[in-house]
Amino acid sequence: MHGLINRSVQNYVCDTFGKDIWAQVISRMDLGYSEFEVMLSYEDDITTGLIAGLAMITARPRQDLLEDLGTYLVSTPKLEGVRRLLRFGGINFEEFLHSLDDLPDRARLAVSDLDLPGLEIDERADGCFELLCRSGVPGFGYVLVGMLRVIADDYGALVLLDHETGENDLEKIFITLIDKDFSQGRKFDLGARIG
Amino acid sequence: MKDSIPSPMLDVLCPMHLVLDQNGCICHSGPTLQKLCPNVDLIGVPFLDIFVVKRPKTMRSFAAMCRKAGSKMHLSLRDDLSSDLKAVLVHLDDGSGNVVINLSFGISILEGVRTYGLSSADFAATDLAIEMLYLIEAKSAAMDASRQLNVKLQGAKIAAEEQAFTDTLTGLKNRRAMDHVMGRLLSNRVDFAVMQIDLDFFKAVNDTLGHAAGDHVLQAVAQIMVEETRAVDTIARVGGDEFTLILCDVANEHTLLSIGDRLIERLQYPIMFQGHACKISASIGTVWIRENQDMAAKEILSDADRALYQSKKEGRSRQTLFKGA
Repeated sequence: MHGLINRSVQNYVCDTFGKDIWAQVISRMDLGYSEFEVMLSYEDDITTGLIAGLAMITARPRQDLLEDLGTYLVSTPKLEGVRRLLRFGGINFEEFLHSLDDLPDRARLAVSDLDLPGLEIDERADGCFELLCRSGVPGFGYVLVGMLRVIADDYGALVLLDHETGENDLEKIFITLIDKDFSQGRKFDLGARIG
Repeated sequence: MKDSIPSPMLDVLCPMHLVLDQNGCICHSGPTLQKLCPNVDLIGVPFLDIFVVKRPKTMRSFAAMCRKAGSKMHLSLRDDLSSDLKAVLVHLDDGSGNVVINLSFGISILEGVRTYGLSSADFAATDLAIEMLYLIEAKSAAMDASRQLNVKLQGAKIAAEEQAFTDTLTGLKNRRAMDHVMGRLLSNRVDFAVMQIDLDFFKAVNDTLGHAAGDHVLQAVAQIMVEETRAVDTIARVGGDEFTLILCDVANEHTLLSIGDRLIERLQYPIMFQGHACKISASIGTVWIRENQDMAAKEILSDADRALYQSKKEGRSRQTLFKGA
């Protein structure tokens, strides 16, 4: 996976569990370095190994950690940029969901070698959404669940999220939009200065 | 006349448009454009009271603008002459004589959005403004990350260079390595000799035949030095045309001097570079440090320099063995 993703995992582990846990996770990998560079690319296996190591060391289920990682990515003030770039996707949560189809292409516009997992959003008749995710890192769907929870909140929408792993590691996320104007949500200032 | 204004449609498609009557007065404003002038009711105001046409300069009157319908204009707000807006004027063909002017921020989109506090809803659904803002933000973030990586790599490169022991031009050791080796020999209190070698007339080669010739000469000299010494000896290039040899286990004075003689002998022969003969020679100052002799590296090098100076003074292309002050 791209260094941006591995670096995010690194930041998540350091900020959530501390630098000692990160040192344990990374030394277990035997990579010969202890930090990821955001602008370099790494093998997919490395990301999978990081998560497996973290689950072992913290004795927490893998999927909980992945979901937690997703939440971290869009809520930590350090990565305000990620939340903002996602919010460019639409003016309300529904529009945002529809923009997920384009997310890998949008990401590539910014960083040409950033390959995000393929995403496909489907709106069903009952107003529910189904998000398909194909990733080289199994369980990436849980990261999306964590992200979607925060982003829904950001838009002020009340949603129910369910995750299901199908054949060939194809992951499905079911999104039920209960109330799109549940709360005020967070303001999105188009021209804000960040960083 | 009011009926002829297709404003509800234009408000959605071009939220930054204005409709002007035949006198150039604003009779309708798109919802976003009104936000550019929050303190003014635009209706009924002459267009050129609010805006000034920056380019083309010929379009300073409303009549001139109407004659150039369909072509691009650059405008500023009179209240904020640093603002930069793109615009185009079209005639409404409903017989009213009204015109529509559509505006956009163009390249100054980010400033526009910041200055007027605009949101996604202020742009047409098909407008690329939001994508443009997304790109500006995403690219700035990516560029920032790249820059940080570059700074980091640059730092690592400098650190690696500082730690390097090799002279990249000749492949010989550098001054750092020489200091390191001499320090080790001194702390072991063993027998060794230090030869300070200066190339004579090297500057002339560089000045007349260029740096490529100079580099070639240095590489050839390095090769000769390697050939005339043993693998246990250390050869360092310590300056532009200055070399230091550290010779271990010197058998006797005669052996030591014969190494110097051979080097001087061989370095007298012109070195060929692209058909030109580069003529140099070598002056040498040598210090022989005996076993258990208590000396500091600085002292040794200054003695060697003194001996070298003696060789130069006596007419170059010779060696001097330092015999005490």
